[in-house]
Amino acid sequence: MLGQLIENTEIAHRQRVPICQDTGATVVLVELGQDAHVVGGDLGEAINRGVRRGYEEGYLRKSIVSHPLTRTNTGDNTPAMIHYEIVPGDRIRIVVAPKGGGSENMSAFRVLTPAEGETGVKEFIVDAVRQAGPNPCPPIVVGVGIGGTFEVCAWLAKKALLRPLGKLNDDREIARLERQLLAEVNNLGIGPAGLGGRITALAVHIEWYPCHITSLPVAVNLNCHAARHKEIIL
Amino acid sequence: MEKVIRLSTPLSEQDVVSLRAGDRVLLSGGLITARDAAHKRLAERIEKDEPLPTDLRGQVIYYVGPTPPKPGQVIGSAGPTTSYRLDPYTPALFAQGLRGTIGKGRRSPEVIEALKRYKAVYFGATGGAAALLSTCITAVEVIAYEDLGTEAMRWLTVKDFPLIVINDCLGNDLYEQGMAKYRR
Repeated sequence: MLGQLIENTEIAHRQRVPICQDTGATVVLVELGQDAHVVGGDLGEAINRGVRRGYEEGYLRKSIVSHPLTRTNTGDNTPAMIHYEIVPGDRIRIVVAPKGGGSENMSAFRVLTPAEGETGVKEFIVDAVRQAGPNPCPPIVVGVGIGGTFEVCAWLAKKALLRPLGKLNDDREIARLERQLLAEVNNLGIGPAGLGGRITALAVHIEWYPCHITSLPVAVNLNCHAARHKEIIL
Repeated sequence: MEKVIRLSTPLSEQDVVSLRAGDRVLLSGGLITARDAAHKRLAERIEKDEPLPTDLRGQVIYYVGPTPPKPGQVIGSAGPTTSYRLDPYTPALFAQGLRGTIGKGRRSPEVIEALKRYKAVYFGATGGAAALLSTCITAVEVIAYEDLGTEAMRWLTVKDFPLIVINDCLGNDLYEQGMAKYRR
């Protein structure tokens, strides 16, 4: 199984073809320096033009429908899913992360009660991976958001996936949770391609944020082993 | 002990009945591609008793939406999509004579039951081995629903397409077997 995946990446590299046919919805994070000024047009439109060009010239799959209910393919993989953050400085950092549907569709979110605590949080995360099973193409990377409000929590889980693989959180307690969860997830025995094994996840990354006194929101966003992202700083 | 079995489409009931979860199969012949949108259209036709774009008897459907081919390529990268989304449509296709499906991920209890009832099989192709799998596809032709782009129904000519039996027609499930072995 792992042998096939390695051979696949070698073929893809040699022939310059995608390692997976799901070249994803294009998730883009833009960290816009407060002192940078974008001129000459709409930044969002420029990003979408770039996506359109990249997916055409790169022979990537067009995987976006224009409306969730009527579902007509847009033909060019736009619009991208763009997130803007204002940061100090005068640079623009852009991270592009094509996100395949297989792993994305196994996302989970729940608002726990404070009483459920760390135990409840760990149970929710492990359960999310168990329910996903073979579907997200294990071995996976588990992105977790804890805290914030509903939308902040989900975004934390996605940002967690953008971290270099295996890098632990700076917070010691969260890093402990990341290590423990990796072990617990791997005890599920799901394994590569879900066919059974000791390696179900390559890493668990947790991002956290303050939250409401009544809430303990937890979001789980999974990535398959094709964790593709590229960044540029302008 | 897993064996490697060479099969060719169309598959007979005999071909399928002898397969067991875990068997490795190299499949040659033709595969029909269809995903969510095409399955919905097929279901509507079956509902209205209208003829299908192609005869499904003995055939195998591969759940795939390939990337566009580069110049000189027959097909782009072509690995499996996750099968559970097609579960609601699948038993009715077995009733039309479909003999097998190829995808990745779990099937529902209803589909597993239908595999038993209609003597059909669920094969897994390796999710994410899309470039490797595309090298086993020697020709591509659109059969129907060209307007669906990557989701159109296509006929793929394949040689030794590597598969593993996930669910056989006796109710065995390779995912269950695997987890049970390694779960702690």
